[in-house]
Amino acid sequence: MQKVILGKKVGMTQIFNEDGLAIPVTVIEAGPCTVVQKMTADKEGYSAIKVGFGTVSEKRINKPQKGLFAKLKVAPKKYLREFRLADADKFEIGQEIKVNDMFQTGDRVDVSGVSKGKGFQGTIKRYGQHGGADTHGSMYHRRVGSMGSNTSPARVFKGKKLPGHMGVDSVTVQNLDIVRVDEERNLLLVKGAVPGAKGSLLVIKDTVKAGK
Amino acid sequence: MNIIKALEQEQLRSDLPKLEIGDFIKVHVKVKEGTRERLQVFEGTVIAIKGEGIRETFTVRRISYGVGVERIFPVNSPKIDHIDVVRKGIVRRAKLYFLRERVGKASKIKERLDVKQ
Repeated sequence: MQKVILGKKVGMTQIFNEDGLAIPVTVIEAGPCTVVQKMTADKEGYSAIKVGFGTVSEKRINKPQKGLFAKLKVAPKKYLREFRLADADKFEIGQEIKVNDMFQTGDRVDVSGVSKGKGFQGTIKRYGQHGGADTHGSMYHRRVGSMGSNTSPARVFKGKKLPGHMGVDSVTVQNLDIVRVDEERNLLLVKGAVPGAKGSLLVIKDTVKAGK
Repeated sequence: MNIIKALEQEQLRSDLPKLEIGDFIKVHVKVKEGTRERLQVFEGTVIAIKGEGIRETFTVRRISYGVGVERIFPVNSPKIDHIDVVRKGIVRRAKLYFLRERVGKASKIKERLDVKQ
């Protein structure tokens, strides 16, 4: 991992590119992030940086965190996340990371977030299973199918797809195109949809997929 | 939401004429052929306007060699060079899909003469 930034999902819209095509984009308010801590090979045994992002009222954070931000002389940050970057040594504590420091138009990124909660759902919505017939006296509309064989093994196998809670999972969408980087407004426009509700935290990293 | 509104606002075009249903128009579209760019004209009747803001589109219908052809353009597309409104039409509904079932003289729209182009 070389590049990373934290962001907030703003929503979706469309952008006309230079060929006049309408591109569906997700607008992400990415950064500025502040480096609050540096892990080094000498002290912690590995190298990484911890960055803060977003604003939060001083009332909302606890005393240890308050002390941390007071020492750095920066406003309290809503989110703190640690990343093992290849060039973590290059960063300084207190350094501000802006979106254009990390990404350029045309880069490919992976975007991670927490998906929207769907509540308790059946197997059709949760796993994409097929339903029974609605008519012709079927009486088997959206029910779970067979639980398995009877006498042997005489139990239901672990991992059997059943109804249950859906959503609020950590989801990553890989290999998204960066359509535009707006350094003045700290905006990142990526092609396509990203997980999560509007206003939720996103982690944007350079993609793990091979080159174009 | 303001950020998205601002992004959309930047892309809106104000240089094109306001279109109305039933207008007979000529759309001059930029077409790329290899490295060269030229203008192609698509003329016909505006039979539908859908959406709003940056997502607004209009549908133009024409009869080409006896075959009905419809093209949907995004209103704010940078591919549109300019639009000529040739004449306005008298229509009573917002979507002129009934024209699809009509041929010849029955598919004509009466011209509005009370507005100056």
